[in-house]
Amino acid sequence: MVLKTETFMLNAGPQHPSTHGVFRMRLTLDGEVIQDMEPVFGYLHRGIEKLAEGLSYSQNMVFTDRLDYLASMTNNHAYVVSVEKLAGVQVPERAEYLRVIMAELMRISSHLMAVGFLLNDLGAFMTPLLYMYREREKILDLFDMVCGQRLTYNYMRIGGVSQDVPEEFLPALKRLIDSLPRFIEEYEQLLMTNEIMLVRTKDVGTLSKELAISYSAAGPVLRASGVKWDIRKADPYSLYSRFNFEVPVGTKGDVYDRYRVRIAEMHQSISIIKQAMEQIQPGDIQTKISRIFKPAKGEAYGHIEGPKGELGFYLVSDGSANPYRWHMRPPSLINLTALRELLIGVKIADAMAIFGSIDICVGEVDR
Amino acid sequence: MTVALEASAVAAKLEAAFPGCTVESGDNSVFIKPELLLNVLSFLKTTSGLNFDYLNFLTAVDYQTHFEVVYNLVSLDHNHSINIKTRLTDREKPVLPSAVSLWRGADFQERELFDLFGINFTGHPNMKRIFLWDGFQGYPLRKDFKQ
Repeated sequence: MVLKTETFMLNAGPQHPSTHGVFRMRLTLDGEVIQDMEPVFGYLHRGIEKLAEGLSYSQNMVFTDRLDYLASMTNNHAYVVSVEKLAGVQVPERAEYLRVIMAELMRISSHLMAVGFLLNDLGAFMTPLLYMYREREKILDLFDMVCGQRLTYNYMRIGGVSQDVPEEFLPALKRLIDSLPRFIEEYEQLLMTNEIMLVRTKDVGTLSKELAISYSAAGPVLRASGVKWDIRKADPYSLYSRFNFEVPVGTKGDVYDRYRVRIAEMHQSISIIKQAMEQIQPGDIQTKISRIFKPAKGEAYGHIEGPKGELGFYLVSDGSANPYRWHMRPPSLINLTALRELLIGVKIADAMAIFGSIDICVGEVDR
Repeated sequence: MTVALEASAVAAKLEAAFPGCTVESGDNSVFIKPELLLNVLSFLKTTSGLNFDYLNFLTAVDYQTHFEVVYNLVSLDHNHSINIKTRLTDREKPVLPSAVSLWRGADFQERELFDLFGINFTGHPNMKRIFLWDGFQGYPLRKDFKQ
């Protein structure tokens, strides 16, 4: 007698502890093995690109905070870089240094979250994540000191930043930067020698170099697959050409490499912040721009290396005070394109680890 | 520094391969006739010296008289970029060939354009709305969209 077997449909999300927001997957399972995956988006779609067309360029700054809400500073940064490119605005040097410091702090914070949530997804429930939160908290305290906000900073302005840092900021930053490497190394030691961690991540969710490029993957996902591509080096913006830093790459493109690349990037960010702290000089923090800001007719695409990948804004101006088109290149959404390919054929237990290693923020996926 | 390739130089290369394929070129953008778009994209991806292996992003703009679809292509080897654009004048049924066969990264972005602009990409493996629900009426990012 032949037993009849059927595939099984499993729904994961949108309310699920490992879906990083409200992402949903419909998995088709054959026993434990995933046969197909269909992502379902839109639970956090707010129509920000449409809303942005009805507001002025500076008003739109607040929307950028609400895209990838775990990395609001870098969203601010990508947006101001794009608007400045569109309108040809120069930025004072001190403001650029402050932007770099904030962006790199944000990268560390976002990577801490990525690593913490990945471990959460692997079953090390909450304990490692809360260690990561401890360090993130210190970074948030610094942001709080600068702009009074802990999540949606709205700190950068077209042509500068909203306010200079208070006197106590740089000493506090120095204390944090001196202590951070020790903590990151401690996490590395705890985790790199953990056999469960290694077995669960090595050779799991491998994305080849060719596929990573074809899928337009960006950021740590692309670099873990062995592609040395970082906008800070490839197309330097702000003052990144002044700093010495490495671009860490992986070899296999598995979950472990993506994790390693993020850890290594945190060390590089610390090094960039140290150099910026040495070079920063007192000065202006804001270029005067007209109260009624109307860039000339035209279009511009400005981009930066966000924590999750290339983050850019494609802006079209018709000469009025509001953008005619306001499009964001969402690294989270584009990185997710490869997920189906990565999940087919793997066991259901690895699905969340692979998904977690891509590191998305649904605010940016759905926009 | 990512070099924005001279649009006229790229247009000349494209004209040599596909006579009559370009409409105009300016700044960092080459405008292509929609019928020849897929051939041109494939040429840009595979021709040595151009090697646009990376589809950076794909989006559209509604100019009310027409839609403009923008492909921002990057070559990771040569570190150069170009904008390939195409104009669609049919507002009722705008259609373009899908670029998923060239760059798989086009998948969700084409679905997004279908969802928010109503542009249909033929040959796409799963052409349906991505963010909005199936029964939704209209295409929100069109300028004439009324809630």
